[in-house]
Amino acid sequence: MTITNIAVCGIGGQGVMTATEILAEAALSLGFDVKKTEVAGMSQRGGVVTSHLRFGPQVLSPQIMPGEADLLVGFEAAEALRWAHMLKPGGVALVNQGRFVPPVVTIGLYDYPTDPIGEMRKLGLAVFDFDASALAMRLGNIRLGNTVMLGAMSDRLPFPADVLRNAVLERFGTRKPELLELNRQAFELGRAAVAEPAPAQAIA
Amino acid sequence: MGAALPETAPSRLFLSGNEAVALAVRDAGCRVAAAYPGTPATEILEELSRFPDLYTEWSVNEKVSLEVALGASMVGARAFCAMKHVGLNVAADALMTMTVTGTEGGLVIAVADDVGMSSSQNEQDSRFWARFAHLPLFEPADAQESYDMAREAFAVSERFRCPAIVRMTTRICHVKGRVVAAEREAHEPAGFVKDPQRWVMVPGHAKPRVALMYEREEALRASSAQSPFNLLVEGGDRRIGFVTSGPAYMHVRETFPEAPVFKLGQSYPLPLERLREFAAGVDQLLVVEETEPLVESELRAAGITCAGKDVLPRVGELSPDRLRPAVARLRGEEVPATAQPRLVPQQVFPRPPTMCVACPHLGIYYTLAQLRNLTISGDIGCYTLGAGHPWNALDTCISMGASMGVALGMDKGRGPADAKKAVIAVIGDSTFMHMGMQGLLDITWNRGNVTVLLLDNRAVGMTGGQDNPGTGRDIHGESAQRVDFAKLCEALGVKKERIHTLDPYELPTLFKTLREEIKVPEPSVIITDRPCVLIDDYKPTQPYKVIADKCTGCANCIDVGCPAIHVTRRETQVKPSGKEVELAFVRIETSACTGCGLCVQPCAPEAIVHALPEHPVKFLHAKI
Repeated sequence: MTITNIAVCGIGGQGVMTATEILAEAALSLGFDVKKTEVAGMSQRGGVVTSHLRFGPQVLSPQIMPGEADLLVGFEAAEALRWAHMLKPGGVALVNQGRFVPPVVTIGLYDYPTDPIGEMRKLGLAVFDFDASALAMRLGNIRLGNTVMLGAMSDRLPFPADVLRNAVLERFGTRKPELLELNRQAFELGRAAVAEPAPAQAIA
Repeated sequence: MGAALPETAPSRLFLSGNEAVALAVRDAGCRVAAAYPGTPATEILEELSRFPDLYTEWSVNEKVSLEVALGASMVGARAFCAMKHVGLNVAADALMTMTVTGTEGGLVIAVADDVGMSSSQNEQDSRFWARFAHLPLFEPADAQESYDMAREAFAVSERFRCPAIVRMTTRICHVKGRVVAAEREAHEPAGFVKDPQRWVMVPGHAKPRVALMYEREEALRASSAQSPFNLLVEGGDRRIGFVTSGPAYMHVRETFPEAPVFKLGQSYPLPLERLREFAAGVDQLLVVEETEPLVESELRAAGITCAGKDVLPRVGELSPDRLRPAVARLRGEEVPATAQPRLVPQQVFPRPPTMCVACPHLGIYYTLAQLRNLTISGDIGCYTLGAGHPWNALDTCISMGASMGVALGMDKGRGPADAKKAVIAVIGDSTFMHMGMQGLLDITWNRGNVTVLLLDNRAVGMTGGQDNPGTGRDIHGESAQRVDFAKLCEALGVKKERIHTLDPYELPTLFKTLREEIKVPEPSVIITDRPCVLIDDYKPTQPYKVIADKCTGCANCIDVGCPAIHVTRRETQVKPSGKEVELAFVRIETSACTGCGLCVQPCAPEAIVHALPEHPVKFLHAKI
């Protein structure tokens, strides 16, 4: 059996590392060897965060090389475009439509891409995009966005979605039992959001 | 000697290299552990502080932390100290003599090199220190090895009665992997034995001990040749044999699974004869090491032919992508562009780190950017970001505390070109106590004309808000002695009337005080006293919004540099005089705003008003 490579990207404070951690726990629970590495230079200051997760019978290098990711998960639209080349040609990307505009764009030094998700599709990638914040707000709690993202990943993994759901509920449910049911629903919303191509229009 | 405790270690752990080292230190029966925060090593002591089994502290700097560890070792306790690469430069004075005295209780130093410079001012190879100080060196390649080698380092330290160094890199510290822990040990300190020949390093005592240090190095060489961490991984493709250590080992094995590899784990002193034997069995030898050609040079000096930095990059990590073409070149093959066909990276705007929404430093840099004829000597911390947009208000950044000495040198060395410029030094609370206080003393004693901005945000901000002697809390968050910066500066020789404690959110006072103090030709200190927005001391207030109809596009608020202010549209306006003015109309991301009010102050049309918090619209800052 080969190694599965998942690249997760976003910006500091979005929960990229927590999400990858939960994904790692799911893979560990099945007995895989797992390595997880971050590139998060000064991530607490709004910088770029990428997290690499590799699992399989035995994992040596923790780094995914460009062109070798099976799945790219983008917590922010322009970040997904920035890391699109991590994917295998024709690979699958799950992208939150949310945008986080940095000060260098605000003050006019650079432009934010007009349609980052469209540009990814032009590269020949299979892109599933959705508004994780809006989905979380449907359940009345913005903090469920992370669980929405995890739900979106759950049917794209080489193991059943239940395994990831259990890892999510174990992580969040044990800390705040009252949030257990909400997390369960957020997970399913994320899952449904990527069940069909271009589901974003359906979520008004 | 050690005795196993009844508690059994959990069998399946998923730990970062930092967490693994922390667990190993606890399991080794360590009694005292000290550090100063520094990326990528910070989490080691944070993790250790959660164990009730040992004494932990944030020290004021790395030198003090190493001295604390040495003192504990002198009384027979196992001791530990962690630091980033530049921290060992600070601690080196202590290190270079404790290698002469040697140690009693096992003393392990974990030093983390920021290979690739994700969060540091330089790239250094700490393996030099093992050679310089004639000490044993361990180089883990993953989290499991971080655990195993930290445990072994204590044993080696005690066997040879000298400190042992565990050298990590960012790619070890922050990579998580499966770890199986071993049995815990207990160590009771044997007690201090007075022995001036051993512990009082005057020349007469040091001379014989230096000779002993070299004897010890030879014994270490023999031991490292037998070390199970120096191991041969057989491979059928003998065209190139790899000698490698640390994270590079994993990259080599990943990229060239068929090649024989000599993995160095206890990498100083080098097991030279085993390496000579290995070299004889392969066509060519390639040394893959991060970052300096140390092993390579020592192999060549021993007459072992090898390739290394002549084909490999000298700077940064040696990932599979960088190894492949180098090895192809060495084999005389066509250089493959990539392993597989791949997409071209897309050009996207950069996302440099920024100051936080409502950061108390924003007002400082807004004010500094308004003033002309300043030379601003900076220091290490979040406030180094003041060198960036939109402020461009920091001119130097060298090393911890350097803002003081550099400012004094600029003052004393200036010629006519700088005669009319005011010299400012900007330093944070923790950096000031780490290594800045001595510089300020030098400024006052030598009558320097420097205006010091001491930004007290009650935290070591950049590394995650750790406590320091200025926060009034210890490593566990318990109440502790809190330094009084105004009194401290006065004691260091700054006149009482030249010390001002200000609220950095009150721009007019800040501006006025700064302008007055730079005119006074003697040392002044302006202390700002509002907490970092990422620590619990910070209390958000009611957020603001922009009344769109009132915004005139003057863009004054943008100069504050707060990430919550966004441009909605730009316009070019032609004034009656014919002069073109660029306008930028803004909105405030109310869900991110915490109501500091900095942007309200320069807003001429009073377009910024309190907003009742509507529902927040982004999960971007959510911490689940």
